[in-house]
Amino acid sequence: MIPTHDVVLVGGGGAGLRAAIAIAEFNPRLDIAVVSKVYPMRSHTVSAEGGAAGAIAPDDSLDEHSYDTIAGGDWLCDQDAVEMFVEEAPRELLRLEHWGCPWSREPDGRVAVRAFGGMKNMRTWFAADKTGFHMLHTLFQTSLKYTTVKRYDEWFVTKLLVDEGRVQGVVAIDLASGRIEAITARAVILCTGGCGKVFPFTTNAAINTGDGMALAYRAGAALKDMEFVQYHPTGLPFTGILITEAARAEGGYLINKDGYRYLQDYNLGKPHKEPVLKSMELGPRDRLSQAFMKELEKGRTTETPYGPVVHLDLRHLGAKKIDAKIPFVRELCMKYQGLDPVKDLIPVRPVVHYMMGGVHTDIDGATTLPGLYAAGETACVSINGANRLGSNSLPELLVFGARAGRAAAEYASRLYEVTPGIVVQTDDERRRVERDLLNRRGHERIADLRTEMQATMEESAGIYRTRAALEKGVERLTQLRTRLADVAIEDDSRTFNTERVSALELAFMVDIADAILASAVTREESRGAHQRTDFPARDDVRFLSHTVVYRNPDGTPRVDYMPVTITRWPPAERVYGEAAAHAGPHHAAGSSLPARETV
Amino acid sequence: MRDHITLQVARYLPEKQSEPTFDEHEVPCPKDWVVLDGLNYIKDRIDGTLSYRWSCRMGICGSCGMTVNGEPKLTCATFLADYAPGPLRIEPLRNFPIIRDLIVDIGDFMRKLVAVKPFIVRRYEKPLSDGEYLQTPDELDEYKQFSMCINCMLCYAACPIYGLDPKFIGPAAIALAQRYNLDNRDEGAAERMDVLNEHAGIWGCTFVGECTKVCPKNVDPAGAIQRYKLTGAVESMKAFFMPRGA
Repeated sequence: MIPTHDVVLVGGGGAGLRAAIAIAEFNPRLDIAVVSKVYPMRSHTVSAEGGAAGAIAPDDSLDEHSYDTIAGGDWLCDQDAVEMFVEEAPRELLRLEHWGCPWSREPDGRVAVRAFGGMKNMRTWFAADKTGFHMLHTLFQTSLKYTTVKRYDEWFVTKLLVDEGRVQGVVAIDLASGRIEAITARAVILCTGGCGKVFPFTTNAAINTGDGMALAYRAGAALKDMEFVQYHPTGLPFTGILITEAARAEGGYLINKDGYRYLQDYNLGKPHKEPVLKSMELGPRDRLSQAFMKELEKGRTTETPYGPVVHLDLRHLGAKKIDAKIPFVRELCMKYQGLDPVKDLIPVRPVVHYMMGGVHTDIDGATTLPGLYAAGETACVSINGANRLGSNSLPELLVFGARAGRAAAEYASRLYEVTPGIVVQTDDERRRVERDLLNRRGHERIADLRTEMQATMEESAGIYRTRAALEKGVERLTQLRTRLADVAIEDDSRTFNTERVSALELAFMVDIADAILASAVTREESRGAHQRTDFPARDDVRFLSHTVVYRNPDGTPRVDYMPVTITRWPPAERVYGEAAAHAGPHHAAGSSLPARETV
Repeated sequence: MRDHITLQVARYLPEKQSEPTFDEHEVPCPKDWVVLDGLNYIKDRIDGTLSYRWSCRMGICGSCGMTVNGEPKLTCATFLADYAPGPLRIEPLRNFPIIRDLIVDIGDFMRKLVAVKPFIVRRYEKPLSDGEYLQTPDELDEYKQFSMCINCMLCYAACPIYGLDPKFIGPAAIALAQRYNLDNRDEGAAERMDVLNEHAGIWGCTFVGECTKVCPKNVDPAGAIQRYKLTGAVESMKAFFMPRGA
């Protein structure tokens, strides 16, 4: 049979739309489908605030962007991928400029760049503090030009179709009608974003339930480095709304209950009035979130009804700068926290923000399954290693969305046909989703199980971890899985049945939670965002390697390891504060190209 | 202050009902709860069948627009306590077909958005190696406000013209057309003119201004429409006397 489309994209956020455009431009004869459980402009890329890194300033270099990323990732990044990424990032950001993205500008009309955490130079492009919003709408609106891109808006993918060793499409529910269809294709690209909703307190949107990771995992693909979960140091208590790192890049201070800039106690440099790159408040996110936990232990945080907080102080920046550079921060604080950062302190606490791990891919987005690709937060290439630097995720979804798109387009040009086994699989899946998941009798509430899973993850796989806590988490998840088999779905309607979707998402998340815990138990060291109090040091002898996890036929995870690619920067100590000025890419071989010339 | 508030929530299942009905539920009302928290409370603890859209809970994804006590609102940015002692009546956005419960069909807007060509149109696209198109902060300010539209559909729900004439292209689509028309990198204004400069385009608007009042992002679609009417009028005059492009 001939497939319905050449390439199917699951997810219509930044990575998915960039991939769709890349395919359309690569080969205008290819038939492309974007299948997304929400309208593309609702995707979570929309919430990204601070900016997108791409070295263009005259005093910057690609090597320095590489080095910052690799050191920030605690040497778990694949350096060949990072080098390629930093080289393509400025070009991708510039392409978005040509497509109309409203980047903030210098007075002379050139694109402006700002400072960001863990970055030694100013290299973060920004559209005020709604960078993700503007990038997503620019990509979405630009995608409307391409008539070969068809959209399945509000279709929820429940399964990948795999037969004869190849991924050949997806099964999805059209939410509005409840129709369940096979959408077949020669190649599938997963671009479904992260899985923050596995945790109770997250900046992630309700839709970030790790669907793509779970789809790949169930289909037999490898997940990689799943234990590395980024806590962003500054979320609003209760809502978890992100207060962008740009607030600190523009000069904000983090202070404890005594009004003291506590980061100076954690090897992050000395406090200065003006922000210093790679120092204090501009340290990397893992270190800042860990410092918060230490302050909590010392009793120097402030208690609130929504847990302990420290404060972000922007008052000295003044209304004019705040309105020009971080207006969304002010809007969010006023609307959701009832305070004005021009005159009030902002209460903040660490909040789950980003998955460094994801579906294992090569630098072209190819997974371990033929015909299956992944890009963006769903994927793990890996350029983020053990800790992603702020403003690297937006260029990542452009660079790897485009690369995965081109690679999938090339693969799909080989005219694979759909094999007959797909028909049987589709019927099976239709029966499961129709018969088992409508008006389902059971004794467990979806929301109760979800809350229990989230609490389990926070208690066992939070900022600091131990073997005992992780193993207890594994045990609780096993019990949860049994209870999940007894979940009730009262809704018997085919029309926009959101209860059925919640049940499917919950089952996806339990799989992801399993993979995170299994990976975290076996990594007996502390690196980046994975901190084991029972193994407090980095151990390059045993663990300078990626964790890969596969799903056994019985549903349990199987953990393995693969090497990290080191090109020019052998593992070294991560240094921030004053010492960061002397650490850099230069001691290694290779030249530092002035960035502008490479664009 | 009371610690609970009553929500009257519209329910509609097309296969079972011809008209929407209302369910009443008491939900907690702490000072930082928004209407969406109340709906999530119902869905998670009382009735899992209630259907509505939401995602970011920070006023940027545009999913959770509904009618709250008669007014179109983003429910993630509308606080329950502001309606104490209640009750609150929560209905789907007006002027759209209802799919189910609080979910409306926005397919009409999605088609209109495509019609206004919301992307950069240029006769000649310079290569990336030539760098960025220069755009000064003042040039950016020309269109920036209109680029802030989150497609939440509150303006369509508030627009009495759209309510009467679904052919009217509507506030957000016109604002987004203007977003590109006013961008110094764009050369597509003439192409967009065909769609905008007709009765279902800008001339359908009688400047009621409700769109601007309800916009949660201060996009000012009414301003975009008024400004464009001037352009449209001039272009029509020119077209009367001379061929397009002259």
